[in-house]
Amino acid sequence: MELELKNLYDDFRDGDTIKAYAKIIKEDAKRLKKPINIMEVCGGHTHTIMKFGIPQLLPANIKFVHGPGCPVCIMPKERIDHAYVLSMQENVILVTLGDMIKVPGSKGSLQDARSKGADVRFVYSPLECLKIAKENPDANVIFFAIGFETTTPMTAALLSAVIKQDVKNIFFHINHVTVPEVMRELIDSRDVHVDSYNNRIDAFLGPSHVSVISGSKIYEEFPRDYNRPVVVTGFEPVDVMQGISMIVKQFIEDRCELEIEYKRLVTYEGNKTAQKLVEKFFEKGDLFKWRGLGNIPDSGLKLKQKFSDYDAEIKYKDVLPLEEIEDHKLCICGDILRGMASPPECTIFGTACKPTSPIGSCMVSSEGACAAYYKYGNLI
Amino acid sequence: MCLSIPSKVVKIDKELNMATVDTMGVQRDASLDLMAEGDIKLGDYVLLHIGFIMNKIDEVDALDSIELYKEIIEAMNEEDRQMAILEDDECPNRGA
Ligand code: SF4
Repeated sequence: MELELKNLYDDFRDGDTIKAYAKIIKEDAKRLKKPINIMEVCGGHTHTIMKFGIPQLLPANIKFVHGPGCPVCIMPKERIDHAYVLSMQENVILVTLGDMIKVPGSKGSLQDARSKGADVRFVYSPLECLKIAKENPDANVIFFAIGFETTTPMTAALLSAVIKQDVKNIFFHINHVTVPEVMRELIDSRDVHVDSYNNRIDAFLGPSHVSVISGSKIYEEFPRDYNRPVVVTGFEPVDVMQGISMIVKQFIEDRCELEIEYKRLVTYEGNKTAQKLVEKFFEKGDLFKWRGLGNIPDSGLKLKQKFSDYDAEIKYKDVLPLEEIEDHKLCICGDILRGMASPPECTIFGTACKPTSPIGSCMVSSEGACAAYYKYGNLI
Repeated sequence: MCLSIPSKVVKIDKELNMATVDTMGVQRDASLDLMAEGDIKLGDYVLLHIGFIMNKIDEVDALDSIELYKEIIEAMNEEDRQMAILEDDECPNRGA
């Protein structure tokens, strides 16, 4: 058989295959010694899980804990305020990816800034900044860069092009974060929290596209040092079912390993060209404040010193606000991102907080757990 | 934003290091900046993400997975058939 594009969509969403896996998992799960909670680290997985009603297909002793892997959900208000303030500067065009449009900061969202006259542009690809900068030679274009390992190489590619083409009016506000540090934090912090949180993460479904770039090697420590199996899994529902099945098999066979389900795109080493590009321009920042999770050491990236001329946080440091901002009192996004609570446990879920009027960021992005529950909640 | 789409490479512009990819009938441009030189060829299946090709899809592996799924469904159907026969055998009304 020859592979067609259609196969890559249809065969990994095939209802019969999903049902077949549900049956295998149900049978295998009878042999589990204790119930298991699987954290899907990535928001893309949360979306697939909710959209295809996967929790309904699983036996009672397998549950999901939704993880923090949604770049928009973990963006603290302080950083959004930076974007807001930058966009309000004279002669600034603030450019970012579409997902950021509605995320509320303490001063408002970027959409609000735009309605107040700021020049905010939402692009599909970071490379569009080059065109915007050329068309507006008198303005400073600031790229507000967001995302995990998946999108960092794209920001690096833009910076590489900026240098190569000697573009003088593009600057970067970097908000790139890394996955292993937050996974470690989620495990390490479990004992200091409420009892119900103890051991709530028994295994991880490893992110799909983070791993395409980084390779599965970045999760090696979790089976080895933390006794948590990791199965790197693709985004389609059949991938997710197969990934869960692989985790269950590890438990019943008393194995604790790092495995790849998403072999058609992920290798142990990952995309080395992309990794080299990232290494050229970025280094670890001291810490990054994650929304709801607080400061996590080494979890954020910053531009290397020799590229500091391109760093908008340095260029505009006099206007950027420094104060810390508390999240809304009733919002439990933090507990949700830690896997300690599920969205319906929030008292304002679906009432004061909806996708059209989000209070917390988990409701803003379609990959956020609250938004996924709101949209597909009738399936649960 | 993490959703990335499988696409097929239909054109390569070496000079600009760009490719044109087909995503279920929609054509768009994608940068090859994240791929090693010569890695991507016409007809390759790739993963597209925010304007960049992130990686090539391993066709052999994709086909292996699809093959595995077929086998699982087949085994499942066989099991169902066996169950049906067994249930029929055990039916107290059998022969009534
Ligand atoms: S429903 Fe809204 S307020 Fe409640 S946790 Fe989710 S995002 Fe926060």
